[in-house]
Amino acid sequence: MARDDGKPGRRLFRRRHKALNRSMAGNLTLFIFMGICAVFMGLPLVMVINNAFKPLDELFRYPPTIFVRNPGLDNFYDLVVLMSNSWVPLARYILNTVIITGGGTLGHVLFASFAAYPLAKHNFPGKKFLFSIVVLSLMFSWQVTQIPNYLIISRLGINNTYLAVMLPPFAFGLGLYLMKQFMEQIPDSLIESARLDGANEYKIYWTIIMPNVKPAWLTLAVLQFQNMWGNTGSAFLRDEQLKPLQYSLMQIVNGGPARTGAAAVVTLIIAAIPITFFIICQSSIIETMTTSGMKE
Amino acid sequence: MNKMQHKETGQNEWSLRSRMKRSKASYVMLVPYFVLFFFFTVLPVLTSIGLSFTSFNVLEPPKFVLWDNYIRLFLDDDIFKIAIKNTLIFAVITGPISYFMCLIFAWIINEFKGKTRALLTLIFYAPSISGNAYVVWNLILRGDRYGYLNGLLLKFDWINAAIIWMKTEKYVLPMLIVVQLWLSLGTGFLTFIAGLQTVDKTLYEAGAVDGIKNRWQELWYITLPSMKPQLMFGAVMQITSAFAVADISINLAGNPSVNYAGTTIVTHLLDYGSIRYEMGYASAIATILFLLMVGTNKVIQNALRKVGS
Repeated sequence: MARDDGKPGRRLFRRRHKALNRSMAGNLTLFIFMGICAVFMGLPLVMVINNAFKPLDELFRYPPTIFVRNPGLDNFYDLVVLMSNSWVPLARYILNTVIITGGGTLGHVLFASFAAYPLAKHNFPGKKFLFSIVVLSLMFSWQVTQIPNYLIISRLGINNTYLAVMLPPFAFGLGLYLMKQFMEQIPDSLIESARLDGANEYKIYWTIIMPNVKPAWLTLAVLQFQNMWGNTGSAFLRDEQLKPLQYSLMQIVNGGPARTGAAAVVTLIIAAIPITFFIICQSSIIETMTTSGMKE
Repeated sequence: MNKMQHKETGQNEWSLRSRMKRSKASYVMLVPYFVLFFFFTVLPVLTSIGLSFTSFNVLEPPKFVLWDNYIRLFLDDDIFKIAIKNTLIFAVITGPISYFMCLIFAWIINEFKGKTRALLTLIFYAPSISGNAYVVWNLILRGDRYGYLNGLLLKFDWINAAIIWMKTEKYVLPMLIVVQLWLSLGTGFLTFIAGLQTVDKTLYEAGAVDGIKNRWQELWYITLPSMKPQLMFGAVMQITSAFAVADISINLAGNPSVNYAGTTIVTHLLDYGSIRYEMGYASAIATILFLLMVGTNKVIQNALRKVGS
């Protein structure tokens, strides 16, 4: 509306996509709306960051403040003391987390991409059926299968081992789905020419497909990492020595008012790590998601 | 796309032997994933349905009881009625709202460019990946005057005493819905952001020539029809998570919550599955949850398929 369409000189600008059909009033409305929503979305995490650096008296101040006034590292120090006094050493928790998230993520990316290649690029009887069950599995959440999963893991004899936490996520449906959709856009000619050169399917998978779907496996890795990182493993891991870092962190968060300072740091750590991974891989993830649509 | 498929099938008919050889490799590659998929997804669903017709406490072998669990669920279990009611309220409110939030925010973010776009994406997506960090809402909704929400309301004299949000029945569900919405811009949101970038830019120019006057018309007539596949995928993501609400209820309102105000189907399932060890009964709850999630998804998929056709 602010744009004067009557002036002939303006016509040149209208050719540029950005200016097409955009009014100042509309821009302003959206900008204000977006600002309010961004505050709602962002504020809790801003609190998380600020609380981690607040000295105790500020954490219990009335009225409560969002921003820290005298930032300090007291809470971090508290957390270190608390963790170094725990019965299982901190290093062990970290090692457990590295094994569980690392193993679970690697296994998922390999298994899912290995199966996604034939689903995306081969024609064989049963292909449609297999993919349709995977899509069906996206339509319910893991809580549905929780109890039988526990029974099956006990039956397999892997209860109270790392495998109990690592193995089921290998076969998450979402990863296979995203991987298959992304692989479909690789040109067939690329695969055909490799076949003519005498490469077998495994070699094609490893040397042609995998390097070309790097955004997809980065995405799978980040999504899977988020899943594994939040897992306290409490359903399957009984031994204190096997439990991941998240378990001990959540113990501190639930530790009551005396641990408020340390808990504030813990909350920051819990949030910061997956967010950092996302920032690093953001463009790959968006690229992968462009192919995530459900075709019929 | 069609052309490519024709080419492929043509080639396959031309040489049946090479097709069979190739299929063998396909099956070998599918085996590792689908064996695990069978054990940890297919078999559990079937087991759950099977167990729902039994009485099973893990120690003794399951006893077949036919429809007893379902009869008890629907006729005798008053808490299950609350759980169903709460879950449906959750799903009906957070499902559509979060879906449209994902869509609208993605659409607005798409108007920005480069670094600003990446930053806005991060701000909106971060809560959903911050894992258990939503416990910060415990500080916001704290029941004494040190809580942020109480502090704010007291400061402006809108209330004259601190409200114990998570222990007052009428506030539990609305507050949990707010937190759930905060957490809900997840995979669906990213899909929409990505989907919007794939819409063919020349369509907008053609649309402008055809008389599309503003961005709202552009959204309705060009953008949405172009990203139908993403809209369908996003719907699956949002619906499934809207029905699965449990962790936030347990961590913010407790389990059981005051007068069961925050009880959902999943918290009820956890109650019987991991506290009371009535696995047959818990399996019946899981089966109903399964049917509810898959049923809703199927209905919505069929509805979305009709968009623009």
